Amino acid sequence: MYAQLVETGAKRVKSLDEMSPEERAFQEKIDAEVKIEPKNWMPEGYRKTLVRQISQHAHSEVVGMLPEGNWVTRAPTLKRKLQLMAKIQDEAGHGLYLYSAMETLGADRDEEIEKLHQGKAKYSSIFNYPTLNWADMGAVGWLVDGAAIVNQVVLQRTSYGPYSRAMIRICKEESFHQRQGYQILLDMMREGTEEQKQMVQDAINRLWWPALMMFGPHDDESPNSQQSMAWKIKRKSNDELRQMFIDQTVPQLEYLGCTAPDPDLKWNEETGHYDFGEINWQEFYDVLKGNGPCNRERIKTRKNAIDEGAWVREAAVAYAKKQKQRAEAA
Amino acid sequence: MTQKEALTEYLLRLADSDMILGQRLCELCGKAPALEEEMALMNVALDLVGQARNWYEYAAELIDDGRDADKLAFRRDAHDYRNLLLTEQPNEDYAVTMGRQFFYDAWHYFTLKSLVNASDERVAGIAAKALKEVTYHLRRSSEWVKRLGDGTEESHRRMQDAVDILWRFTGELITPDETDRLMAEAGIGPDPEQLKEDWRGLVKEVLQEATLTPQPDDAWMYLGGKRGEHTEHLGFILAEMQFLQRAYPDATTW
Repeated sequence: MYAQLVETGAKRVKSLDEMSPEERAFQEKIDAEVKIEPKNWMPEGYRKTLVRQISQHAHSEVVGMLPEGNWVTRAPTLKRKLQLMAKIQDEAGHGLYLYSAMETLGADRDEEIEKLHQGKAKYSSIFNYPTLNWADMGAVGWLVDGAAIVNQVVLQRTSYGPYSRAMIRICKEESFHQRQGYQILLDMMREGTEEQKQMVQDAINRLWWPALMMFGPHDDESPNSQQSMAWKIKRKSNDELRQMFIDQTVPQLEYLGCTAPDPDLKWNEETGHYDFGEINWQEFYDVLKGNGPCNRERIKTRKNAIDEGAWVREAAVAYAKKQKQRAEAA
Repeated sequence: MTQKEALTEYLLRLADSDMILGQRLCELCGKAPALEEEMALMNVALDLVGQARNWYEYAAELIDDGRDADKLAFRRDAHDYRNLLLTEQPNEDYAVTMGRQFFYDAWHYFTLKSLVNASDERVAGIAAKALKEVTYHLRRSSEWVKRLGDGTEESHRRMQDAVDILWRFTGELITPDETDRLMAEAGIGPDPEQLKEDWRGLVKEVLQEATLTPQPDDAWMYLGGKRGEHTEHLGFILAEMQFLQRAYPDATTW
């Protein structure tokens, strides 16, 4: 899940009777599973919520390149290097694609990116954790892309047409990344040295809880969820999605021959789900507020890239203008 | 030098140059001036490292001492690396990054254009696939040199500086040695005189359109990459790139 705690601006969900005729027609369309398209009327709150959610998602793709960029220069083999490069390229593409979807709502890419650099816009908390050994490239693919897919598969049915279509396209590539990530870990666990196996377990120990945090706060701590669900921007609650992720991931963890850093993790015969321990919510909110291990570095890197590249973009604009003038003069 | 030795040497030059330039581009991940450039840089890097892998695989077969492509890329030290000095120069600003790319792409393009007709079928096959990719690389880097050269006052100054900084490493691209000559004679590599003429012609044309001034043809040139005498940069590039293979030599799978 690349969007956490998305503000909707609504204190409670209005009933159909309380709505204006336009709002009511809109809500009825949503209830009938008709997709909302850019030119359709939509409540301002719906538009703003989507801009926040899609921009967070886009920012996450872009910031998410950094923890991988940290290892792409050190990938151990040609095959792994090429895979990681292709994955990073996909992520840049997802970012572009999502910013375009966001712009169909009248938002401006540069303005939203500026908000990110000022610390006013969020991106997924997971990318504020460092990648400390090579196995992190496997664990990020498996756990982080895995958690993102659980959310995004559901978002393929989100009510806004361009976002839904972006999700369909992105999900295909993310699934591929997830399998690749898992394969990195599996190869190291099966054929690796003791040191390599320790790398894998170490990566899982560090990334397990942050991956679970990607789904956001508990449902009863998530005041914006209800409105997002009514608008069908969100289709399943944070806790439901988190449980789905745990249930599909624990068997994969066991197959690897690794453990989770959670003594309370166990199969519950009665519920048919895995029980798991409580997330450290203090840490979650700290990271969201900017106090994660890498928050400052991630934003600084992105801001520097855009600030220091200003002269390049200005040159491109100036050149295009000259070319146009020359073409007109000719 | 036998023809097989010359071919092996030549393949390592192609592979190492692609690999090192690809590595330099990887360093820019997350740091490009625009998201579109982020994608394009990684795309070019991906092509280059992919091509390096193909050349390494063929070289490994000819060397036939048990080393595979990964061993050639990740377990040789700087003095065994045969990349062009140009490719190991640091990214600096985007003008240097694009200038380096353009000088290399122009050389790469004409070299591959000749290699697609190589008497060695394996070389011709690898080159044919690579040429498609490099045709795009060259178009893109030429466009950027023009944009920056003929963009704003600042971009012009930076692009001219980049040309001046990099020029001394371009002589190596078009100064043939024994290996180059043997490869040309064997009907594999390009004719050195033709390559020189083509490269100079294109570079002059693009620089002129970009309102940039090249340095004289007889300017002093820094040579040595092709015989393993590198600038100080390569050692650090390899220290980073080869870290895992060097730190965990017992690991046989990754």
